[in-house]
Amino acid sequence: MSDVLLAAPSRRSLSLHDAKVRGIIYQLLLAASLLALAVGIAVQTASNMRARGIPLSFGFWNEAAGFDINQTLIPYDTLSTYGQAFWVGVVNTLYVSLLGIVLATILGFVVGIARLSPNWIVSKVAASYVEIIRNIPLLLQLLFWYNAVLKALPAPRASIELPGGIYLNNRGLIIPEIQLYAGAGTVGLAFLAASIFCVAFWFYARRAQNRTGKQLPGLWVSLAALIGLPLAVFLLVGSPVSFVTPELKGFNYRGGHQLYPEFAALLIGLSVYTASFIAEIVRSGIQAVPKGQTEAAHALGLAPGKTLRLVIVPQALRIIIPPLTSQYLNLTKNSSLAVFIGYPDLVQVFAGTVLNQTGAAVQVMAITLSVYLAISLVMSMAMNAFNQRFAIVER
Amino acid sequence: MTRMNLTNNEACATLVLHKKIRGTKMQAILKGLVGAAVGLVVSNASAATIENVRKNGVLTCGTNSATAGFSLPDNEGKWTGFVVDYCRAVAAAVLGDAQKVRFIPLTPKDRFTALQSGEIDILAHNATWTSSRDTSLGILFAGTYFYDGQGFMVRKAENVGSAKDLDGASICVTQGTTTELNLADYFRSHSMTFSTVGFADEEAVVKAYDEGRCDVLSADTSTLNASRQRMAKADDSIVLPELISKEPLGPAVRQGDDHWLNVAKWTLLVMVAAEELGVTQQNVDEMKSSDNPNIRRLLGAEGSLGKDLGLGDTWSVDVIKQVGNYGEVFDRNIGKASPLKMERGLNALWSEGGLQYAPPIR
Repeated sequence: MSDVLLAAPSRRSLSLHDAKVRGIIYQLLLAASLLALAVGIAVQTASNMRARGIPLSFGFWNEAAGFDINQTLIPYDTLSTYGQAFWVGVVNTLYVSLLGIVLATILGFVVGIARLSPNWIVSKVAASYVEIIRNIPLLLQLLFWYNAVLKALPAPRASIELPGGIYLNNRGLIIPEIQLYAGAGTVGLAFLAASIFCVAFWFYARRAQNRTGKQLPGLWVSLAALIGLPLAVFLLVGSPVSFVTPELKGFNYRGGHQLYPEFAALLIGLSVYTASFIAEIVRSGIQAVPKGQTEAAHALGLAPGKTLRLVIVPQALRIIIPPLTSQYLNLTKNSSLAVFIGYPDLVQVFAGTVLNQTGAAVQVMAITLSVYLAISLVMSMAMNAFNQRFAIVER
Repeated sequence: MTRMNLTNNEACATLVLHKKIRGTKMQAILKGLVGAAVGLVVSNASAATIENVRKNGVLTCGTNSATAGFSLPDNEGKWTGFVVDYCRAVAAAVLGDAQKVRFIPLTPKDRFTALQSGEIDILAHNATWTSSRDTSLGILFAGTYFYDGQGFMVRKAENVGSAKDLDGASICVTQGTTTELNLADYFRSHSMTFSTVGFADEEAVVKAYDEGRCDVLSADTSTLNASRQRMAKADDSIVLPELISKEPLGPAVRQGDDHWLNVAKWTLLVMVAAEELGVTQQNVDEMKSSDNPNIRRLLGAEGSLGKDLGLGDTWSVDVIKQVGNYGEVFDRNIGKASPLKMERGLNALWSEGGLQYAPPIR
């Protein structure tokens, strides 16, 4: 102990004039005041809520909700609890977000690549798409899709009849319900077997290419297996599937699955909007790959398509993925605009009706915020892991 | 690439800033933070509402965003309507001037939260008085200014004569209303299926029905009638005869302020009492010298209602002179003198077969 004191001059180490000591004290003070602020807000909120007779507990979670939700992917009826209504909202949010991400990515990549096309019309069309769509507020676009496009469809009795027993009207798209009979499972098994075969074939083809330098027609073999085998089994067991065609009865078509216009408007709006940003990310990513790479690929005799697929895109992905992640997060968060077009997402159901019926504003908002935070963090983590796979491996 | 560079620059900037803060500005920030924390803990959130209203010189009133006859800004931007006039009456009672009201339009979904949080002084919405709202939302209803019931509107072309024929219908409703809950009850108890299309905003609901997104529009009948004003094809629709619920609509205030609850309650009751006693906007000044002791107590010539409520002696005269009695407000906004032409029905005075009844003022 005394050794330490002797080693470090005591005047320096204990003095407030020492920048290091002062620094630590400031840090501690800052941490303490932040903590005090957080505790202060919590205590004050709790006491205010108590004073005003606003419920502070989560007791509402297991009470009967008593209201209807029209689009649910998980079982829900008017006798279900507020907790189940919450899960309906979460699932609906995830459903539209994930589908939106898939569609926006496909559309964004197509438009982004089209913008670089040597074809003048294609590249200008892509450029106008990007400039128009990304400069109009998303909410307006959603209202446009919902009010101007989908609600303009005819009433149920004047439905547009599409081939295959599909009907389109202002209540949505009604498609036949698929009913499965015995033997349908075999078809599923056949599909599974075909999938396993495809993966095995892919490995085999790679090996063969490494060994001989020859490429096997992987795409065609896979397609043949994936479609041919299940189809053969399907016919063999005697078509164990029937379609229940929707029938006009009373107010609307009964039977069949219904795709609601609220969902469609949100999905289209989110995908189209986000795709315009993704297109720009893709374009800039591709342009960031030095031109020498293209020239080198061409010099090696790679066709333009292969150059893009094997040389440019893998390098561009390294640049594309980080900003792509934030677009995915944006899309997910933007899905909360569902409120304005009546799609029952988490905000509409839980932070809307449930909050209003229970009056538990603080609890409901806290839960809702946490859900969005959790979804975003999980998505970031997944995308970061994906990014690491593509990052340049330093050798 | 540019994005990456930017992020790096930003990171550098933050680092530099961080170092600077460490030197000098830290103390100021700390002081601010500690101050804020202490201030939050010490400050007492709830003062008496009436004191706040007097201090601000204006009553902040939460109303419907746009329901014809009930609450709607006119072409000069001045709020008019049945619930708007109630707010004006409260302002006349407290501040002596019916114009000193700031209106905050609220969707049904947000209205109770706005009241809970103190954003508004009083809620004059077409909100139904229910037991759970009185007990679990931290608010109290101060009376009933409109007795209503939930009904259904359908297009004539559907050939529907009764609510019992609505099996399988898609129904447009406003979120966060008793309508949503009553619908579920009604269809369940009649073993019928339905699907709702819900919006937070009443206007969006009416628009969705008008454009054919739903077969049925369900709301309080007052709202159904009012929404006809906003429909392109209003004459194509009828309101079905069934009423499936009781919907007493009334003003609400925060719990824990009994004085303010009394002001809200008696402002309404004084308007009803004035109609019972035949006191109108025109004759209120002459009526002050009436021999009828009930009228004299109502208008503050006798008794101490104004003083006991903590209001001026002329408060009830101000209310009646500037806004009118209950019947006048009804007729002007939603009754026979208005485009809506609603019957008094349940909202007639008790002496005329309705439910409007004021306890004695004495």
